[in-house]
Amino acid sequence: MSKTGLRRVAAVGAGMTKFMRRALETPNELAYGATSAALESAEMTRQDIESVVIGTAPDAFDGIHMNGEYLTDGAGGLGLPTLRGYVGGGTGVFSVIQGWYMIASGVFDTCMVMCEEKMSPCQPHPQGAFVTIFDHTTERPLQPNLLWIFALEMNRYMSAYGINKRDIARVAVKNKHNALDHPAAQLGAEITVDDVLESEMMAWPVNRLDVSPTSDGAAAIILAAEGTAERITDKPVWIDGVGWALDTAYWATRDLAYPRYVETAARRAYDMAGIKEPRKEINIVEPYDPFTYKELHHLEGLLLADKGGAPQLAADGVLDRDGDMPSCPSGGLLGVGNPIAAAGLMKICELFWQLREEAGARQVPGQPKTGLAQAWGDLMQVGTVVVMRR
Amino acid sequence: MRRQVAIIGIGIEGLSPLSPEHSYREMIHAAAVRAYADAGIEPDDIDSAVTVAEDLFEGVSIFDEYTPDQLGVVLKPIHTIAGDSLQGLGAAALQIATGAFDIIVLEAHCKASNISDIGELETYALDPTWNRQLGYPAEALAGMEMARFLHDSGNTVEHCARVVVNNRSHALANPRGAFGGETSVDAVLGSHPEFAPLRAAEKAPAADGAIVLVLAGREAATAAGRRPVWIEGLSWSSDHAAIEARDLGRAGYCEQAAGRAFTMAGIDDPKSAFDFVEVDDRYAFKQLQHLEALGLCAAGESGPRTGDGDFGPGGALPVNPSGGSLGAGHLYDAAGLYKVAESVQQLRGDAGALQIADANRCLVQSWRGVPTATGGVAVLSNHHE
Repeated sequence: MSKTGLRRVAAVGAGMTKFMRRALETPNELAYGATSAALESAEMTRQDIESVVIGTAPDAFDGIHMNGEYLTDGAGGLGLPTLRGYVGGGTGVFSVIQGWYMIASGVFDTCMVMCEEKMSPCQPHPQGAFVTIFDHTTERPLQPNLLWIFALEMNRYMSAYGINKRDIARVAVKNKHNALDHPAAQLGAEITVDDVLESEMMAWPVNRLDVSPTSDGAAAIILAAEGTAERITDKPVWIDGVGWALDTAYWATRDLAYPRYVETAARRAYDMAGIKEPRKEINIVEPYDPFTYKELHHLEGLLLADKGGAPQLAADGVLDRDGDMPSCPSGGLLGVGNPIAAAGLMKICELFWQLREEAGARQVPGQPKTGLAQAWGDLMQVGTVVVMRR
Repeated sequence: MRRQVAIIGIGIEGLSPLSPEHSYREMIHAAAVRAYADAGIEPDDIDSAVTVAEDLFEGVSIFDEYTPDQLGVVLKPIHTIAGDSLQGLGAAALQIATGAFDIIVLEAHCKASNISDIGELETYALDPTWNRQLGYPAEALAGMEMARFLHDSGNTVEHCARVVVNNRSHALANPRGAFGGETSVDAVLGSHPEFAPLRAAEKAPAADGAIVLVLAGREAATAAGRRPVWIEGLSWSSDHAAIEARDLGRAGYCEQAAGRAFTMAGIDDPKSAFDFVEVDDRYAFKQLQHLEALGLCAAGESGPRTGDGDFGPGGALPVNPSGGSLGAGHLYDAAGLYKVAESVQQLRGDAGALQIADANRCLVQSWRGVPTATGGVAVLSNHHE
């Protein structure tokens, strides 16, 4: 990527619905709620929006073919160019990258980015839909599910670096605690490491409290070009670095101990943002945490911790909201909830609020200037990274 | 766009009604190898990639998992557009326009022969709260739209049948066309009505195929040995997702997209702007509706001019010289990209028996099919200041 001369893009508004297990609202109503909240926060109307990005993960959840078409009305896309990009679980953070290129191209000055997921229509449990993500010839006959493959990955991570389950369980304690301060959170709670270790065993070494919930919800971010953004708000939050990478579909051929696709994506984002020493320059990080070990795994892939070293950061309190490198101050997917694409965009919303010092009880001290959000998805395969600065 | 964008390579695999001899991954690989050779690039030269797919069409959730390997772009920035392939063209072109990427690969494919009942899938795209439980197939909308369009415009069912005759005839000269043939207005009107006035022969038959394009920014596109086709204008649009809110006689998405694409391309009078056009013809009446929505002829003129031969290969404005979806086969969301690939061959003078004389600038238009109101418009040219 060449870095010079890029048109700058800023986030100027953010909004989200409450995340919950079973929303009574239709998917379109969730989308409308999130986009309306974002417009209100930026004091904009739908007429100010020139383009729309829609993010939503498998159509099998909402139970609607071409779900992006269905969501066009709720996202405010009537009569506009809409684009639904798709990188599985990485979609939420990626949607902002799409909004970035829509505006950085010079074609549009504003973009509404909306992500929605309604997993509850998938009965009896959305886990059933995940069987259909596997290779139809080589894997699906084995009837795998997500818990099964992530148990493989967590086990490999633990055995490669000599990590024990207690070290990893701290992530659940931290994130569910953080989520108590998030008004949209589904699963904020005060729990202990022992609670995690004693919760139901799903697929060794994954216990129930190592896993984020299934959720319904939506989130939205409004992006604007330099020149326009400053007219909308005194506190634009700039999208200074973006990066993404998709690894091979043949996941069984890779060493699961380290997410090289996250590192590849992070290096692209750091390069674009001019970040040379990420551990010193990133003040606040929202790594993707659908499982406890994934937050640690991703911090390593983001080069914010040594390989196998992230659990020690959790033990030392470095990742706490008042630590040296607050991680998932929102409460993350483990605490706020995991409506797949919307959960990733929730992390961008959190950076927007934190970097504007509008996060209320969740506010990270020390006036953070630079934040990073990351998501992951597909067959342990995709990394999406956004660096934001105030 | 902040930077000029060109198509520098194309690869087409297919089209064919069935393709049991290879998987979609093998089809994509075959198209990619051709496109990269055509552009003179190696996979290492690729900065980013865009693919186009919908989960339920593929029978795979989170389909983008299976996209990087056969394109040779493992660990590159790659994402999938769940949308029309002209939306995919937008995603690729806009990335190049940012200045952050020089060479991008775009892929779209269709393996319709793997789908046991496409109509059922289309119906599954209806709003689950308000429409789906009424129990009508999504394709019934096409019949309603056709009836309204003919009523409003004054075009006739005979004009629609003539579109089928013409496009299937054009496809006879297309070595990639799967459904070329000689038929007649009477034969089309004698086919059984599916959703009156829409008849079976007016529906484009599905085909299997894969299309890969290589796009580049101005500097890479003008390197020695390259034959760029420039994207002068590009847009797409979604009209009301709620069916009840639509004007069923009009292709609002097409009017909206054309307005923006023509502005980008600096086109004031579309009637005289193009040497040929490739427009969506998923249903025969759609070709007429789209020609009018694009402003290529006045309301009610598209049918009579089709009858007069104005839109034939040697006419005033050749329409779908490739044979379109009715003649070459319909690739669903990949149909627009197939039309782009055929148009690139025309603009390079490589179209063989299909070649239109003095083809320098053209228009490609797409529609996502029922029950959507989304489609795109691209203006392509073989020369650029």
